[in-house]
Amino acid sequence: MIMYCSVIIIVTRARTLTRARARTEGGNAADVGDVHAELRDYYRLCQWGSAGLVMMGKYFFSETDIKSTWDQVLAAFWQRYPNPYSTHVLTEDVLFREVTPDNLLLSRRLLTKTSRLPRWAERVFPGNLSRSVYIIEDSVVDLGNRSLTTLTWNVNHAKLMRVVERCVFAGEQDRPVWTRITREAWISSGVFGLSRPIQEFGLARFRSNQVKAMKGLEHALSNLQKASAVCPGDSAEKQKNLNSASKTQKPQQYI
Amino acid sequence: MNSVGEGCTELKREYDQCFNRWFAEKFLKGDRSADPCSELFLKYHTCVQKAIKEKDIPVEGVEFMGPNREKADS
Repeated sequence: MIMYCSVIIIVTRARTLTRARARTEGGNAADVGDVHAELRDYYRLCQWGSAGLVMMGKYFFSETDIKSTWDQVLAAFWQRYPNPYSTHVLTEDVLFREVTPDNLLLSRRLLTKTSRLPRWAERVFPGNLSRSVYIIEDSVVDLGNRSLTTLTWNVNHAKLMRVVERCVFAGEQDRPVWTRITREAWISSGVFGLSRPIQEFGLARFRSNQVKAMKGLEHALSNLQKASAVCPGDSAEKQKNLNSASKTQKPQQYI
Repeated sequence: MNSVGEGCTELKREYDQCFNRWFAEKFLKGDRSADPCSELFLKYHTCVQKAIKEKDIPVEGVEFMGPNREKADS
């Protein structure tokens, strides 16, 4: 038996949010520029033998400009955990890293996040309560093109709900103090009869996580910028202060 | 940030510090000299792999950027 799938994007409910200015709180180092987001339903039609089956999902797209250089965003990207907005992220590990002959940096990270289901889902899927969600994040840093591409997806709980997220962090030649972050997500559920509410929940949580992810990145950027601020005068004094600060807190990274 | 292996967090911290310094001071500046963190990574990696096996985390044989192929035409 052969199974083949074709992805059809049926725009039954396309919503284009008008460009809106989103500002971050508390005078963070990074200002967020215009935000553009779209939401679509997508359908994956699969044929199995002579029977057809339709799996439905949600596609999400957003584009944000952040007022930090690409270099700063990248340094912050590796250091964004932990942050005040990431209490749902329990662990972070690098599983693999390689610089290819054409100078691309490939990495794989494993994240563990809490599995927070809405109450109605907890009743239906009690077994999932005790298990965290394991997430892989694969990334490619292309220094020549000034772009970082990441692909993130959950490797367990996948039948219940699968979220695949692709992000591109791109520096722009003509606007070097800005970095554009393009985020796409595909949210799908294979659970018969419950896929639509699960997807709606998944989408709502993805949106909320997106906001936290941006705030977390900005927090990391802010930390890095404070640490690398050069005070005119005694540089030895500054070094002494940095050293004593790092003894009392978690180790700070400074450039 | 904690490692998935409870005993690996300190090794992770040492490796992360080394990587972050190399990344900002060498890689981003186009310096192609070898990454000095491989020994630290090896120690850390050995620890994490053990924890992954113990916890039965399904990361074995997962293709790099695997789901990207499915999304190519979306």
